[in-house]
Amino acid sequence: MTRKLQNITQSKGPATLTILLLLVGWQLVAMSGLVPGYLLPSPVQVLHAFCQDWNTLWSHLLVTLQEALLGLVVGVSVGFVFAMVMDAWEGLYRACYPLLIISQTIPTVAIAPLLVLWFGYDMTPKVILVVLVTFFPVTVGLLEGFRATDRDAVALFRSMGAKRWQIFCYLKVPSALPQFFSGLRIAAAYSVVGAVISEWLGGFSGLGVYMTRVKSAFAFEKMFAVIFLISALSLLLMALVGLWEKKMMPYRYIQNDEKKEIEKHES
Amino acid sequence: MERLEISKVSVSFGTRQILQDVSLTLKEGELVSLLGISGSGKTTLFNVIAGLLKPDTGTVYLDGEEITATPGKVSYMLQKDLLLPFRTVEDNVALPLILKGVPKKKARAEAVSHFREFGLEGTEKLWANQLSGGMRQRAALLRTYLFSSRVALLDEPFSALDALTKRSVHQWYLQVMERIKLSTLFITHDMDEAILLSDRIYVLTGQPGRISHEIIIDEPHPRTEGFAVTEQFLNYKRKILEYLKEGQ
Repeated sequence: MTRKLQNITQSKGPATLTILLLLVGWQLVAMSGLVPGYLLPSPVQVLHAFCQDWNTLWSHLLVTLQEALLGLVVGVSVGFVFAMVMDAWEGLYRACYPLLIISQTIPTVAIAPLLVLWFGYDMTPKVILVVLVTFFPVTVGLLEGFRATDRDAVALFRSMGAKRWQIFCYLKVPSALPQFFSGLRIAAAYSVVGAVISEWLGGFSGLGVYMTRVKSAFAFEKMFAVIFLISALSLLLMALVGLWEKKMMPYRYIQNDEKKEIEKHES
Repeated sequence: MERLEISKVSVSFGTRQILQDVSLTLKEGELVSLLGISGSGKTTLFNVIAGLLKPDTGTVYLDGEEITATPGKVSYMLQKDLLLPFRTVEDNVALPLILKGVPKKKARAEAVSHFREFGLEGTEKLWANQLSGGMRQRAALLRTYLFSSRVALLDEPFSALDALTKRSVHQWYLQVMERIKLSTLFITHDMDEAILLSDRIYVLTGQPGRISHEIIIDEPHPRTEGFAVTEQFLNYKRKILEYLKEGQ
């Protein structure tokens, strides 16, 4: 498993190459005049728009980032509490888990205008929407992790006289970390998208608002610029989660040669 | 006085009776094996002694004090070593102390002070998964010992080890046990292992499981490789085989 993860992170080369090729191809298509420039701006035009509008983009970006992070923090906390209580009481799990699933089948574009009606045009409805989309992957990941805890390990803890909270803190939480981080990575990506959608459907600032403005101005190169910015922001958040994961679970990233060295040392 | 005494323990799950009137004793420093075919309720009996399972009838005494259905009194080492991958070796070993409420630093220091004796020096800061099979077993044994130095229940602790490692761990375990005056109740279905290690062997047979025979292995320790090919050794083995067959 660790091996696989390493391979993926080490093999960024081919993906970078693909992206570069795509960009070059796109530029060539745009320059050849096959597609009218106002429909498909070239990467160079997009870059130009990006630099030109940087100050505006930056101020909108800060708003979106604030909403996404705030929503993510609250969402993860809510997700943790949900997972904890549902793990502690089996009845609650059976009663509430289907509801959680159903909550995720409601399209965000349908809730966002309602939230605006209820909470106004400021930050509150955006944060709530981000919470709604981010708590779920965290809850599911953690629950799965808690429930997959080795039963024999639980028996060992019990035989050592461990109390329920000790089994939770010392065994279940650390055992569920891998699943937690899988959930958190998805939640991080959702948080930005959630904030943008919510802004798009009603607000005064944020990248989503910027998008609606450039869309009505038919400024497609600016549209593409903001799309790339949103992608970059999501990727950045996911990378931060990855770094945190490595810090929290160093034992999953032990080099294989290091392991061999120790075996040699033993014999 | 007996260190551990189990008196007339019966357990059933639903209508199926697993154990019937099982009684046994364990003295200080003694190593006693429970030998029996799979399904004779050995692990169930251990769960009762460890306090994880309440028997239908019967009582468990530790040094004369009743401990039936009270977890946290005797050390229990399960079939798997169950070292936690997210803890370092020293923190794995210190776990029972931490669960008892000993502050982390103190628990760690106490754990590390036994590392030399258990042949674990130099592994303190490693992750559990960086240890080889034999070393993991030692760490798990030290954790077991740190929980309680009175009685250890070992459920096939060495079954996952290869033959050579197993032999060296046996010798090492007996030496450590003698030094720390540990009493051990041992589950195995390896007859050779039982004869080489035990002071006494209880043969558990049938469904529901009962103790059908008690065999005293009256041989001095250390019992070497040579003993395993003597006529006496084979006599013990023959007797056990006969008892096991009777029970079927």
